[in-house]
Amino acid sequence: MTQGGAPAEGQPGDRTDQRTELVLGALSAAVLLLIAFMIVFVFTKAWPSFSHNGLAWFGGGGNVDEQLTNIFNSPADPDEYVYTLHAWPLLYSTALITGGAVLIGTGLSLLSAMFIVEFAPPWLAKVLQPVVRLLAAVPSVIYGLIALLVLVPFVGNDVISGAEKESVQYVIQLDGTGLIVGVTVLTVMIAPIMIAIVTDALRSVPRGWTEGAAALGVNRFRALRTVSLRAARPAIVAAAVLATARALGEAIMLSMVSGSHAFAPNPLDGVTFFFEPALTFAAAIVDHADELSVKPSGQTIYAFAAILLISSAFLSFAGWVARRSMRKYTLAAR
Amino acid sequence: MSAHAGARAAPGLWGRIRGNESWSVGDRVGVGLAWAAGLLLCAIAASIVLYMLFRGLQFLSFSDIFSHPLPGLGESGGGFLDPILGTVVVAVLGTLIAGPLGVSIAVWLTEYARPAWLARAVESGVEIVAGTPSIVLAIFGLIVFQESFFSFLSPTGEGATPLGRSFFIAGAMMSLIALPLVVGATREALHSIPRHVREASYALGKDRASTIRRVLLPASRRGIGTGVTLGMGRIIGDTAIVFILLGATLRFEPNGSLPGWDLLTGNGSTLTTYVFNNSPAGEGGQPEKAYAAAFVLLAIVLALNFAVDLITRGKGKSWTR
Repeated sequence: MTQGGAPAEGQPGDRTDQRTELVLGALSAAVLLLIAFMIVFVFTKAWPSFSHNGLAWFGGGGNVDEQLTNIFNSPADPDEYVYTLHAWPLLYSTALITGGAVLIGTGLSLLSAMFIVEFAPPWLAKVLQPVVRLLAAVPSVIYGLIALLVLVPFVGNDVISGAEKESVQYVIQLDGTGLIVGVTVLTVMIAPIMIAIVTDALRSVPRGWTEGAAALGVNRFRALRTVSLRAARPAIVAAAVLATARALGEAIMLSMVSGSHAFAPNPLDGVTFFFEPALTFAAAIVDHADELSVKPSGQTIYAFAAILLISSAFLSFAGWVARRSMRKYTLAAR
Repeated sequence: MSAHAGARAAPGLWGRIRGNESWSVGDRVGVGLAWAAGLLLCAIAASIVLYMLFRGLQFLSFSDIFSHPLPGLGESGGGFLDPILGTVVVAVLGTLIAGPLGVSIAVWLTEYARPAWLARAVESGVEIVAGTPSIVLAIFGLIVFQESFFSFLSPTGEGATPLGRSFFIAGAMMSLIALPLVVGATREALHSIPRHVREASYALGKDRASTIRRVLLPASRRGIGTGVTLGMGRIIGDTAIVFILLGATLRFEPNGSLPGWDLLTGNGSTLTTYVFNNSPAGEGGQPEKAYAAAFVLLAIVLALNFAVDLITRGKGKSWTR
């Protein structure tokens, strides 16, 4: 890892050299300290919310919106703070939206990467590179703005039928914000990250491997699918992990378009399922940010952040393990 | 049919032996889907840019850029000079922290990296920071800077507890989202410098520290520039941290009377929160203003991306003869 041999000891600059190493090393170690601080601080601040609810925190029951309001309206006496929260709808919505976006995004980005590497005419492939970078660079608030002012009214007025609105009107209002818009926009936001990584990986597959497949009479698509994509598996896993982390933490856009009700979309509702609102942990933090100053509310919101923190740390670890275990058999992930 | 024709149009990997292979229906569908995916991406990007351009030119007026917003969150009218300046302040602050720190970490990781276990840990640490959602960084910043120890950094609320919200705090937390990009780009640049360049410097009697300062860092300017610019783009585009850590005001609200410092420890807004606040999801509710500000924001972000292109495209230093 270290590049270049060290100069011999005892040279004139030896002292400054050691000092430089020490300073740089200390700065680097500060990153670890920062992460430790982050975990300790967030968890200690969030602890009351977890300890008052126990495992029921992760369970279902009751209306989360009402529970959050009750927490916000707790009496001023610290002994009578209300903490009751059953956050299952948030957990479920987070999994649903993140999972949906990553699943669709993986398919989309594998196809796009294959297109860029193999099928696109050279001029189109050249156009696609800046296109992908542009999609990755657009700030999430702009995605949210366009989705909220264009997609949401379209879905709310033209796609959802009156019958669908009536069927759930006693439970929830369908106005266009909801699962389908959230997942769609999130997919567009995370796909570029994956496309960039997968394209790089497909390009680095040794030419001889695909040529070998071609020599066996296999067509281009099949060679790409059965040889290149398999060789690039570690990179695909890495890309999916990165995209999951990004999707999990997307707060602003989702709080704008996914419907700000802590509601668990029910697949049994048929097509209506796709239009039902869902609230992820990250979006819940944004939606309830103005309640941070009330102590029990703040602690509950810190608990959401703690869940996000632990999941993203776990994702980094999972990605590392996946790449490590697969590197033996295939190309190294880049 | 069309899929096959499309596939034929591209001079792909092995043009010479084409025609021998057989195409099943599934493969043709696959190629068709790949085309669809590629074209879909182009269509999405084009429609976003064109739509924002259209709305931006429709709603952006020159005076918006140079006039202050009205003070209240719910009030309509006024321009967005303050949010634009706020974006600049946050971006500069974030890069000023992330730049030197990121370069130091990258240099230590490539040039020293002793002890090895610490280097590995730092490496994964940077990865974890990169994977941490910005909303979590925002919450962390709020928790830390609400401690009374940091009360000099933000306005104090009731009972002398600091609010934990100011430009300085937002910039400090923003630097964490830029940090991994700076580290990554700088490391890549350092790695691409061949070993013999370092050895030549050692042979001239330079120690490591001066080799880094005089040889390696100048040679990796381009990589550092790329990382810093990318990081700046990320900072400018981030909403969550500003939303939590910059109080809910549109205008600059200085804290104290020390010039410069009053601004850094005061509150305000940036373009991203201005857009958010004026979208139907926020309290301002002026979509025209939101479109206009979003147009400016998008223009800045795309200009930064273009700058990255310029930095990387220029002729790099070649180490081989």
